[in-house]
Amino acid sequence: MQTLDGKIPGGPLAEKWDRHKMDMKLINPANRRQFSVIVVGTGLAGAAASASLAEMGYNVKTFCIQDSPRRAHSIAAQGGINAAKNYANDGDSIWRLFVDTVKGGDFRAREANVYRLAQVSNNIIDQCVAQGVPFAREYGGLLANRSFGGAQVSRTFYARGQTGQQLLLGAYGALSRQIAAGQVQMFSRHEMMDLVVSGDRARGIIARNLVNGELEAHAADAVILATGGYSNVFYLSTNAISCNVSAIWQAYKKGAYFANPCFTQIHPTSLPHVSGHQTKLTLMSESLRNDGRVWVPKNAEDKRPANDISENERDYFLEEKYPSFGNLVPRDVASRNAKQQCDAGKGVGPTGRAVYLDFTQAIKRDGKAVIARKYGNLFDMYRNIIDDDPYETPMMIYPAAHFTMGGLWVDYNLMSNISGLFVLGEANFSDHGANRLGASALMQGLADGYFVIPYTLAGYLGDAGKSEIGEDQAAFKDSIQFAQSRIEKLLAINGKRTVEDIHRQLGRVMEDHVGLARDEAGLKTAIQRIQEIRAEFWENVKVAGPANRYRLNLQKAGRLIDFLDLGELMAIDALNRKESCGGHLRTEAESEEGEAIRDDENFCHVSAWGYQGEEAQPALFVEPLAFENVKLTQRSYK
Amino acid sequence: MSEHETINITLKVWRQNGPEDSGRFETIPVADVDTHSSFLEMLDFLNEKLILEDKEPIEFDNDCREGICGTCGIMVNGIPHGHGKGMTVCQLHMREFDDGDTIVVEPFRARAYKVIQDLMVDRSPLEKIIQAGGYISVNTGGAPDGNAVPVAQEKSEEAMDAAACIGCGACVASCPNASAMLFVSAKVSQFALLPQGRAEANTRVLSMLQEMDACGFGNCTNHRVCEAACPKEVSITHIARFNREFLKASLFGRMPMGE
Ligand SMILES: Cc1cc2nc3c(=O)[nH]c(=O)nc-3n(C[C@H](O)[C@H](O)[C@H](O)COP(=O)(O)OP(=O)(O)OC[C@H]3O[C@@H](n4cnc5c(N)ncnc54)[C@H](O)[C@@H]3O)c2cc1C
Ligand code: FES
Repeated sequence: MQTLDGKIPGGPLAEKWDRHKMDMKLINPANRRQFSVIVVGTGLAGAAASASLAEMGYNVKTFCIQDSPRRAHSIAAQGGINAAKNYANDGDSIWRLFVDTVKGGDFRAREANVYRLAQVSNNIIDQCVAQGVPFAREYGGLLANRSFGGAQVSRTFYARGQTGQQLLLGAYGALSRQIAAGQVQMFSRHEMMDLVVSGDRARGIIARNLVNGELEAHAADAVILATGGYSNVFYLSTNAISCNVSAIWQAYKKGAYFANPCFTQIHPTSLPHVSGHQTKLTLMSESLRNDGRVWVPKNAEDKRPANDISENERDYFLEEKYPSFGNLVPRDVASRNAKQQCDAGKGVGPTGRAVYLDFTQAIKRDGKAVIARKYGNLFDMYRNIIDDDPYETPMMIYPAAHFTMGGLWVDYNLMSNISGLFVLGEANFSDHGANRLGASALMQGLADGYFVIPYTLAGYLGDAGKSEIGEDQAAFKDSIQFAQSRIEKLLAINGKRTVEDIHRQLGRVMEDHVGLARDEAGLKTAIQRIQEIRAEFWENVKVAGPANRYRLNLQKAGRLIDFLDLGELMAIDALNRKESCGGHLRTEAESEEGEAIRDDENFCHVSAWGYQGEEAQPALFVEPLAFENVKLTQRSYK
Repeated sequence: MSEHETINITLKVWRQNGPEDSGRFETIPVADVDTHSSFLEMLDFLNEKLILEDKEPIEFDNDCREGICGTCGIMVNGIPHGHGKGMTVCQLHMREFDDGDTIVVEPFRARAYKVIQDLMVDRSPLEKIIQAGGYISVNTGGAPDGNAVPVAQEKSEEAMDAAACIGCGACVASCPNASAMLFVSAKVSQFALLPQGRAEANTRVLSMLQEMDACGFGNCTNHRVCEAACPKEVSITHIARFNREFLKASLFGRMPMGE
């Protein structure tokens, strides 16, 4: 097995980033205008990167699928963003945020990256405040903080339940300013179809104009992918409809390594499945767990309405099992326990796949007004979707696929193994290990975009120079040809099943076998089932054209091809990782209490997969992880 | 939660092949609609049938399906986002309709919005307005500590009320003048309320207004229907603040304050 080098700079942990910044090449302001950069994605990571690089003087071309960069899926993040400001004076520090993140990720992230993330977290808050992000404030006018997702300090900054929206609008404002200045050329309603690589360097992309179907070639000196996560492989997830793996999957097929694809996060507080036509699972912010108590009936198959079940007939299973963390255990622990209760027949609601989240006690303690002020919008959302009043009857929640820790492998500079290809935000694998802490994805996206890539891109371009491969060259023409023939092939199949129908089928296989709990037999079944579904797709899908018009089902068909391939790789990766860690639970490696058991001897590494061709098994590369600053311990939330 | 039910409805839906096509209504019956599905899920359900029948699916914009991205936006029975109060059309559920209903579905209509396909319109003029000044001009790096400037809580809350705008453009579609004033005023108001935004307050209000006119949006003549149409219930008090800001800026010229 070949090992990968994360290019972690030398020196003590706390000095690595500063030293590295000193060591990297700079490009002087006058020369930056000679360089062009492509940024795919306008979520927190992509918008922050586009704006920052344009401000510095690079020529930036930015792409997104939506009709406006402001609509990237970051907009939907509700709960908040972490930073180590210690404004709450409760013992937080860069060091503590670092330690919490490494432990939260169950020791499967790189220490140096996580430390840098904690370091720049404070700059992010300053930047956002200066942009006019209306964070929640105390009466005295200073910024308010709350404790979030199991943290024992209050380090989460928030803007009501719309933190992602406000942070994204801040970055979008900065991006808009650069569009007006002519430093960024914005391509909305464009989808990246292929990455162009020649001579082992990323040279540009092929993008499809979604309105008229035209394929366009775009060359640049570096390509940055900030295309978000791939939870939609599960069909039902908390992600937006357009979220996809295709951009990074094309890069994978061009040689970029895909790291830890099986590391997915299933969020404990989503709304349950209610209709057969359901296309999405709506997230209820995890902050609800601060005041809500999770329970199921003690007796399996107790179908009485919640309010008829008396106190002593209820099982507050999280509080019971984890006395010190209670309802605030990490996401994977909460999700897994909820599923176990449902599997044991104690699930509630019409499908039996839900547990209660009860606010009765909090309402008694604080009054309805206080609870309404904290969670009013979430309660309204719940009432609208589920048609039930959570002030009167407990909410029903169920775990849903939510975030993907896996993604393209990148080194400390956020560059993939393909020279000139950088990957930011949820699309890379870097900082969250096997499990992400609440309010840390927004932090990572903005850290990557505002405070890391401006330095590391200069470091790269300073060494590598300009690309000098134009859009008229063979590499671009071949890629256009590839994208064109894929579309033609899809339209020609003319079978009997819709894209949605096949995607739903894939989703069920993923949920059953590559979801919350995994075992060898199930994963092998999944691989086989996915191969069958893929064969069925290529024989029997029906895609409506024509291709020269806006056609959502054609876009979705293309994304489904890649989800099918990804689903198989996720199962292969999960099968290979014969340990449990974070959100990855192999039932073969589970303690009697149902806790994940890591195997540090054999799996204290990143697994990165390299594409070897349509029919071939992918090749495995590993990056060993060293823990020099946080002692390897089994996670315990008892 | 109520029992599962299915209903049969009839859609009168706008079909249009691109901006050059003149467009027309098509009447399509839809049977067995699950009342727990959302309005957009009903359209998906119909589209799957249309595709299998070799017909063209109905194109409509959507993405997050939880009322925050602002991508969806159609007229349902003549109302932007339908009749649900304070919600986007992706949050509207079929239980709001009765068996046998005929539902009229059209794109947002405004001079500044061109139809792209069926129910989808081009809202990029709203982008141009933001580009004209809907931001605070700070580069990345060098910002002072987040707590260096306290902001009164009520100001910050009011700024957040304005910032809640999702940019869906329903206000424009509801306005008899097809004005984007609620959208513009929300941004102007957010930054006018915050100390960080004051430095550019004068230039911002003037340039955004100028761009709104240039994009072909109408003027605000106080019809106030925008507020009712807004899925985020952004208040017209922001238009009042916009007017005050505009007056100030016109009196004191384009010079940013503090220079
Ligand atoms: C409902 C929800 C709530 C969340 N709440 C929180 C929270 O409270 N705190 C927290 O820290 N994290 C939260 N998260 C996670 C966090 O929001 C995301 O991880 C983060 O916003 C991802 O940002 P990003 O910039 O990497 O990608 P995204 O915001 O997903 O942006 C992806 C961009 O890439 C573009 N794109 C994708 N594919 C292509 C392609 N092929 N061609 C062209 N463009 C493409 C898209 O158009 C989009 O612009 C939440 C996530 C969800 C789903
Ligand atoms: S689809 Fe995002 S607001 Fe409706």
